[in-house]
Amino acid sequence: MVIINGTSLPMDGKTLSEYLEMSNYNPLRIAVERNGHIVPKAKYNEITLTDGDVLEIVSFVGGG
Amino acid sequence: MIPTKEEWIKALEERHGQTLQQKFASASVAVCGLGGLGSNISLCLARAGIGRLILIDFDRVDITNLHRQQYKAHQIGMYKTEALAENLREIAPYLSLELHTETMTEENTPQLLQNAQIICEAFDRAENKAMLVNRVLETMPEKFLVAASGMAGISSANSVRTRRITSRFYLCGDESSDTGSGLGLVSSRVMCCAAHEAHMVLRILAEQTEP
Repeated sequence: MVIINGTSLPMDGKTLSEYLEMSNYNPLRIAVERNGHIVPKAKYNEITLTDGDVLEIVSFVGGG
Repeated sequence: MIPTKEEWIKALEERHGQTLQQKFASASVAVCGLGGLGSNISLCLARAGIGRLILIDFDRVDITNLHRQQYKAHQIGMYKTEALAENLREIAPYLSLELHTETMTEENTPQLLQNAQIICEAFDRAENKAMLVNRVLETMPEKFLVAASGMAGISSANSVRTRRITSRFYLCGDESSDTGSGLGLVSSRVMCCAAHEAHMVLRILAEQTEP
């Protein structure tokens, strides 16, 4: 299981890109932390989610 | 008549205590974007006696900014960097300012922020917020970053909060109310979010790293 924004989800084996796409995230509006470290955008395709991973996906909205 | 620098420091030390005030005075904080968030953050930090502010914005003051941004009617048409510098110097005459009237990009961000100890993200557009946050976290892991997302509309101010995402990255706002979905920006709620950002900066300097 992978913990994403506090919820445990069966996403082991998927790449980060696959998860972001199926969850309808706009890649231009997010920042992803995995196990306490930022994931560079160029690595979204390469990273495979594994059991025990903790992800925080920050999705920005407009206004300031 | 403007007080002397010694009188100024003494007054701040009486409010904050000497130890904390010295931390504020020796701090260098960057404010990226000088709109509703950035102009209000800058005012809070200047009043608190932060030593140096790095102000970055490419834009000019527009009549549509005045309902929430800390500019004056006669400043319409001025660069925001210069207009805000003028206003901050009236409030805090011994504040040191570094102005950059340019657009932040992936390329120039590391250089613009090199002298900052703490960085405030204060942009309007979601894509710009994400660009800056990713760039800072990827290339400047030693710096603290305080960002904001979600402060539009007339909903309760109580839903605006500060959350610690990682050890050096904080996010203020309700994380949902989006100007993209047609909500307008209301001065008091934007100021509330700006105050969250400014307050987190002061707490980091006070070594109180919980939100």
